[in-house]
Amino acid sequence: MSNDTDLLLRRILTDVLGLKPGQAEGFDADTGLFGHLPELDSMAVAGLLTELEDRLDIVIEDDEIDGEMLETFGGLLTFAEAKRAGA
Amino acid sequence: MTPASWPCPLPDGDISQEYALAFDGGREHRLLIIPALFDEGNRLRRLTVEVMRRLDASGIDSVVPDLPGCNESLQQLERQNVPGWFEATAAAARHFGATHVLGIRGGCLFTPQGLPTWHYVPAKAASILRQMIRARILASREAGREEVRERLSEMAPTSGIELAGYRLGADFYRHFEPMVPDPAATVIAQEAIGGSGLWLRAEPDEDSSQADALAAVLARGMTS
Repeated sequence: MSNDTDLLLRRILTDVLGLKPGQAEGFDADTGLFGHLPELDSMAVAGLLTELEDRLDIVIEDDEIDGEMLETFGGLLTFAEAKRAGA
Repeated sequence: MTPASWPCPLPDGDISQEYALAFDGGREHRLLIIPALFDEGNRLRRLTVEVMRRLDASGIDSVVPDLPGCNESLQQLERQNVPGWFEATAAAARHFGATHVLGIRGGCLFTPQGLPTWHYVPAKAASILRQMIRARILASREAGREEVRERLSEMAPTSGIELAGYRLGADFYRHFEPMVPDPAATVIAQEAIGGSGLWLRAEPDEDSSQADALAAVLARGMTS
């Protein structure tokens, strides 16, 4: 489950950020996401969360969204894994 | 590629001249494109026009009209309603003599009846609104205001709502929210085009191989 979530998350980020194939494979837990990428406005973040819901088969409540989960790849992965384990 | 205008019926009975982008050579096969809505419309504009260029090279005319209140339209978006947009797309089909129709994402909700129709990855209205409401909640939070979805969803059908910069009227919201694409249309899934949907991108982008693939599906369907 955990490896699967990791892989799916990298694919989603590739699609949303328009990364080159393989680029997301270089992400580690400390790789900065939001706050490091100025083009990610609220609409882009909302799109990312919707994709996470659809492809990971989870539901993200609005009050669960905070800066910490979106700050780094590791933060987002931890959040996604916890959601999938609890779903 | 030329800018065109067309007479569009408005909800109050008036006619406005709305803008359209057209490849019009007076040819036999003529595709009306109903563009993606709101924010997705910006992200998919480039793909839409690139598909039109390829159709033109294949001897097919195409036109993408503005819905009243969208893109270059001088009408106020919040004064538009759902039956009005259906009348608008039907009028555009008649004015340009369309032989086929393509809806893109949310545009699939407003494809006119009576012509062979494709839907490129059609979106439900509820999904579009859900994402736009989430964007509003996130933007408000950044500005130090807490908003809850339930309250916004209650308010929108009675007093209208501004989502991601788009001011939707109460009447529009009520009628739009339950809309789903017509199942009679032929769906073009993203898998048939390859790559990931450009509406997902944080920034508007383009992809020539996706434009090639989508144009090829349409050209085959229109000329065979």
